[in-house]
Amino acid sequence: MPLDANTPDLRTEFKSVGTRPNRPDGVDKVTGRARFGADFALPGQLTGLILRSPHAHAKIKSIDTSAAEALPGVKAVITYKDIPEQEGCDKDVLVNIMARGTALYDGHAVAAVAAVDASVARKALKLIKVDYKVLKHVTDVDEAMKPDAPVLHPGRFEPVDFSTLENAAHVSGKEERKTATRAHSNIAGRYVFGHGDPDKGFKQADIIVEHEFKTEATHQGYIEPHACTASVSSDGMAELWVCTQGPFMVRDVCASLLGMDVSRLRVTPSEIGGGFGGKTTVFIEPVALALSRKAGKPVKVVMSRSEVFRATGPTSSASMWVKIGAKKDGTFVAADAVLKYQGGAFPGSPVEMGAMCAFACYDLKNVRIVGYDVVTNRPKQAAYRAPGAPMSAFAVEGVIGEIADKLGIDAIDIRLKNAAKEGTVSSYGPTFGPVGLVETLEAAKAHKNYKVKLGKNQGRGVASGFWFNFAGNTCVSINLNVDGTLALALGTVDIGGSRASMCLMAAEELGISYEDVRAIIADTSSLGYNDISEGSRVTFSSGLATIKAVRDLKVKMCGRAAKIWGIPEDAVKWENGAAHPAGSNAGNFPPLSIKEIAAQASATGGPLAGHYEINAEGAGPSFATHVCDVEVDPDTGAMKVLRYLVVQDAGKAIHPSYVEGQFQGGAVQGIGWVLNEEYFYGKDGTLQNAGFLDYRIPVCSDVPMIDTVIVEVPNPGHPYGVRGVGETSIVPPLACVANAVSDAIGVRARTLPMSPPKVLAALEGVAASKA
Amino acid sequence: MRYEAPDTIKAAVGLLSKAKGTSRILAGGTDLLVQMRSGMIEPDLVVDIKSIPGMREIVAEKGGFRIGAAVSGAELEEHGKVGKMWPGVVEATNLIGSTQIQGRATMVGNLCNASPAADSVPAMIAAGATARVVGPKRTRDVPVEDIAKAPGKTSLAKGEFVASIFLPKAPARTGSAYLRFIPRTEMDIAVVGAGIAMTLNAKGVITAAKVSLGAVAARALVVEECAKAIIGSTLDDAALDRLAAAASAAAKPISDKRGTVDFRIKVAGVLARRAAVIAYDRARG
Ligand SMILES: Cc1cc2nc3c(=O)[nH]c(=O)nc-3n(C[C@H](O)[C@H](O)[C@H](O)COP(=O)(O)OP(=O)(O)OC[C@H]3O[C@@H](n4cnc5c(N)ncnc54)[C@H](O)[C@@H]3O)c2cc1C
Repeated sequence: MPLDANTPDLRTEFKSVGTRPNRPDGVDKVTGRARFGADFALPGQLTGLILRSPHAHAKIKSIDTSAAEALPGVKAVITYKDIPEQEGCDKDVLVNIMARGTALYDGHAVAAVAAVDASVARKALKLIKVDYKVLKHVTDVDEAMKPDAPVLHPGRFEPVDFSTLENAAHVSGKEERKTATRAHSNIAGRYVFGHGDPDKGFKQADIIVEHEFKTEATHQGYIEPHACTASVSSDGMAELWVCTQGPFMVRDVCASLLGMDVSRLRVTPSEIGGGFGGKTTVFIEPVALALSRKAGKPVKVVMSRSEVFRATGPTSSASMWVKIGAKKDGTFVAADAVLKYQGGAFPGSPVEMGAMCAFACYDLKNVRIVGYDVVTNRPKQAAYRAPGAPMSAFAVEGVIGEIADKLGIDAIDIRLKNAAKEGTVSSYGPTFGPVGLVETLEAAKAHKNYKVKLGKNQGRGVASGFWFNFAGNTCVSINLNVDGTLALALGTVDIGGSRASMCLMAAEELGISYEDVRAIIADTSSLGYNDISEGSRVTFSSGLATIKAVRDLKVKMCGRAAKIWGIPEDAVKWENGAAHPAGSNAGNFPPLSIKEIAAQASATGGPLAGHYEINAEGAGPSFATHVCDVEVDPDTGAMKVLRYLVVQDAGKAIHPSYVEGQFQGGAVQGIGWVLNEEYFYGKDGTLQNAGFLDYRIPVCSDVPMIDTVIVEVPNPGHPYGVRGVGETSIVPPLACVANAVSDAIGVRARTLPMSPPKVLAALEGVAASKA
Repeated sequence: MRYEAPDTIKAAVGLLSKAKGTSRILAGGTDLLVQMRSGMIEPDLVVDIKSIPGMREIVAEKGGFRIGAAVSGAELEEHGKVGKMWPGVVEATNLIGSTQIQGRATMVGNLCNASPAADSVPAMIAAGATARVVGPKRTRDVPVEDIAKAPGKTSLAKGEFVASIFLPKAPARTGSAYLRFIPRTEMDIAVVGAGIAMTLNAKGVITAAKVSLGAVAARALVVEECAKAIIGSTLDDAALDRLAAAASAAAKPISDKRGTVDFRIKVAGVLARRAAVIAYDRARG
């Protein structure tokens, strides 16, 4: 069947795609009917609670659970002994879900109870006696790299000999160069990217700007705390209802931690009240399963907000050094960077991705980036929207802003001059295909916001950003119902309106209406394996698989029509929701609509369904340019964001409203990162602001309406040209706001957050230096 | 935990006097319930005063107003007349929380929670407000500045509670204002607060003033030097400079997650100055 003839590989004309229908999950969400993680309940379920370390770093000498076990109403108490180490499991995840011998951060789980209700469970927690020996702790990344820092995992990481490294001089300032050859055993990894010869490149520079930057850890701040209900039967069959971005990941990880066959565990994802990367790992899920296994009853565990802050992943904090050299005309001749990210108590900070993204926006002949992954006594970081990229962009785009100022070149022009394009060898290796950075810069320059005249104490900032976008394992099924409507089963949790986008793509491909397709997120036993909803991969990968599954179904439907008409299968084509006789048979039979084919399915060979499975590749990167205006109160350091513009390449916006929503959400999270959000530790290494009162995400009145422009440079790797859009939007804001503040008051913020006390202190410093 | 909702002051005092363990009054509950949920306190007895007649009323008295202990921020605003006479007090109370919180939160709860950052307190102090304290032995009227002693601690004796706040009649040409600094635009706790009230003569010279600062010491401060700095002036720049300097000098803050010592000291002066300008304009009408 000549399907490809009438569905070329890159479609450019659309009927459904590009429209803005209501999302299928919308009504349930606004009426409160949607079921989130904590909304599942089973008969006889117990309440599970977790006891957490009050210390940042402590040896656990003993745990006495006897009094808790004796309390009436307590059905199970577990410690690490109840989750014995299984061969091949991820040891770091195992230790993170329940401390084994040492508590590595404030909030580290130490024991758990399941009881008939929450008040009994709370009493039981108080009855568990833990004997701690408090150890020295370290929470700052630079401190953790010092030779005399307390070591989190003695003997695990090779000491790094800075004296033999090519850019050792920049690693951590003069002081440490002296002691550079000593052991730094909190360094879990070192990553190097780049090409050319930066040292030679800098010699050609007319201007060189270099600075150190620091960012604090920020939490994803999802509104819904982690929640799950686990039920393990006496025959070892288990079910888990959970709020997660990756039900298959939860299933596989829990099975490996608990020593179960994967087939015995069925995971059903709930609606998700935000994840932003923070729900791409397990915390309470294996604990709930272990409690249920021991108690023989269903167990529900719901984190409090303070547990979410203390024990789930914020992102890394970072300490960075960036140096860029340019010609007088603004051409960059060399770039160099050292990034140090702490990822909490275990290896795995996103420094590698931060290093890959740092200079990705620019066409550089000489570039080098070194990244260090460092462990500290903080909760294990989890992915947070474009993990690692916002921090390195903060440093790089800040230096670029300063170079533009010093050379007197417009902030957009200097970026246009150096922008990565199709054919540019990226700073992290691959050569870019068609990409849209130049288009975003041009659209930003043409936007009305860029022309608004600024008043006193006001300033404008510009920054660009990059994110790779992921693809990966994806599996989709589409079933034709008896009345010609369709059931679309997806395995990627809908974290951003993706069900609507999938329905649009299916409708487009079939030539039917959006309302005739219903998408559901399947449980792990109903569909093949799907990677996590992360890396901005869902609309790309599940979209691709949906389109291909629909094409599979179309072939089958054309086959049924051929059977009915008694003509060869390849003499039938699909158009506008119906099978049509084609070629020499054209016009010989009236078309058979999808409804008619559905009605006759049983008589023509049985149910009709389409499937597609792929380990997808070809996700196209998405670039963005942001422009923002701020006003600073010079007497208090308070800052107001007056205007904020996001221009980003979506490849093809399937549902433009949800693309804009992603742009806006990322920008607001980034603005929060700049203004007030931070993990604030006390001298004892305990978190001082484990709640939304003192962990200040922006409230509605803190941000203006975020203006958006969607740029569409199609991605050849997707039938409709889709690029992921969810993450790039958080990359530029840190630098964008900082550059605007610098423009407003002449203070360059290099330490985040730029909370009012810091801005005021910097202003006074400027005043003092002028006086 | 026992919950009681008595319908007389006497019954409430009786319950509180006899109570063993920890007991708490429940007004709007916007502090109390949050503290209970987070496990900060576990009271044995909670006495809800909202069923006591008069607790939710505002009545005119001696040219001023008596405000029942359970009157919410929203009710205070809707009253209108209180805000006309003492705009500083009403704007301070209305800053508390959000629309939802305003439907419940009370000035007296704000006062008796004894947070140094309580927004309505410096404004009440500046207005010369008194709290009527009822108890097993006697009823007494106490200046608002004498209720809170330290964070979370009040001067109320066992069995006592505050039944109402009295705002005196404002003399002619009186103006008041309250400003606070928060890192966000709303839903936050004051890093510094400044309440001010002043009375002018016909020529616009300040004849009386009271200035109170919040969040810069263990409890709201009454700063005599601030008042002295502006009394006798027409709030010219020199007077404002003296006021700001006096406010900064009086501030004895700590550094914490909400702000640093240096920041609070500086901003205390900035806010005192800005609040004074607003109050002065209001006084001139
Ligand atoms: C989301 C949110 C935002 C907030 N924002 C602010 C803010 O911006 N500014 C601010 O200052 N506060 C804020 N608060 C704190 C709180 O809302 C205020 O302190 C409020 O005024 C408390 O009043 P209430 O009636 O709810 O007090 P309750 O919670 O009922 O009581 C508070 C305390 O006072 C005691 N108490 C109450 N009434 C009496 C009485 N008559 N006699 C003796 N003791 C009494 C109680 O036992 C309790 O200890 C906020 C709280 C929340 C939850």
